[in-house]
Amino acid sequence: MNDVAVRDDAKDDTQSGLSWPAQIYKTLKAHGVSQISYVPDAGHSRLIELSHADPAIQTTVLTTEEEGVALSAGAWLGGDRSVLLMQSSGVGNCVNMFSLAASCRLPFLTLVTMRGEWAEFNPWQIPMGKATPQAFEIMGITVFRLERPEDAEEVISAACSLAFESDQQIAVLISQRMLGRKKWTETK
Amino acid sequence: MVQNFTLGRREAVKALLADRKDLLVVTGLGSASYDVFDAGESPANFYLWGAMGGAGMVGLGLALAQPKRPVAVITGDGEQLMGIGSLLTIATKTPGNLTIVILDNGHFGETGMQVSHSGLGAQLDVIATGAGFRSVTEITDIKGVNDYRPTLQRIDAGPRLARIRIATGHVDRALPPRDGVFLKNRFRENLGFAVT
Repeated sequence: MNDVAVRDDAKDDTQSGLSWPAQIYKTLKAHGVSQISYVPDAGHSRLIELSHADPAIQTTVLTTEEEGVALSAGAWLGGDRSVLLMQSSGVGNCVNMFSLAASCRLPFLTLVTMRGEWAEFNPWQIPMGKATPQAFEIMGITVFRLERPEDAEEVISAACSLAFESDQQIAVLISQRMLGRKKWTETK
Repeated sequence: MVQNFTLGRREAVKALLADRKDLLVVTGLGSASYDVFDAGESPANFYLWGAMGGAGMVGLGLALAQPKRPVAVITGDGEQLMGIGSLLTIATKTPGNLTIVILDNGHFGETGMQVSHSGLGAQLDVIATGAGFRSVTEITDIKGVNDYRPTLQRIDAGPRLARIRIATGHVDRALPPRDGVFLKNRFRENLGFAVT
């Protein structure tokens, strides 16, 4: 889906010694997540690698983001906890499928890497980036923000509890400022 | 291109689900939900009333979570067409226990019988093969349905896709429950998960 953002560097959480993607992975594991689906984004690339490397997690690459909303529903029906990873440009694709989570009061958790909100080079990313929080909210989904790497565990843990224990639909937006600028020129 | 198929959808689904044992069933919205309900109500049925294009993916999530139970998605050609990319996604996961059954009348039955892409010539069986489905079957008569029935019990060698060519004739609606929370809790309770 569109172009992808690349982190300039892995911004580590100095307190735990874990990078924020590793912190997210660890927190999802602690909350019993056993299925992860994604449309790739460079901001999620480390988490996607960790997921694929874990035989206890079923990792599913999607052709479009709304597939992951339906996958999460089926996972929960079968007793699994599932998380959808995507970029902000894919949120609009999901809007009607969010009806499934709302109608069945299903736990739903998605982690969204933001584009179009901070130091963006590609103007085509901006409309959907700007509309991302509202696109979730019009469908009744609660929006959290993850702005700083050191907050990863706390924010993701709170989101997991709300989703999987209180049957809520939660989107965590990972800020573009935290992800870093995309490099548009190759260095050789 | 126009072909006339005579197999009745209710007859086909009833035959498919006879003696279903441990089979878990997800239905695509519209007529497929009515057909499965008409064939016999069960807590192991999860009826979609919306989420068009999502039935196959609900089936995949369920099949991955319950690898020892056979899972069937029963849907229509229009519903599957909206989520056509999901056939690729499902194939990559090679869920042995998942079968997608498309009741294909070549039309959008719920909205006035407009001709669908399938009716206009798209070959859903070929698309499924190209997506990587391990087994693809075309069925046009009740004998074919009866012969296919035991296949739905398999929990290996999937995913499978069966395209059942059905007649376009009018069938009265049979309306399953449509409260999603009820359907969810009933389904999970049947699998042994406490309703909290």
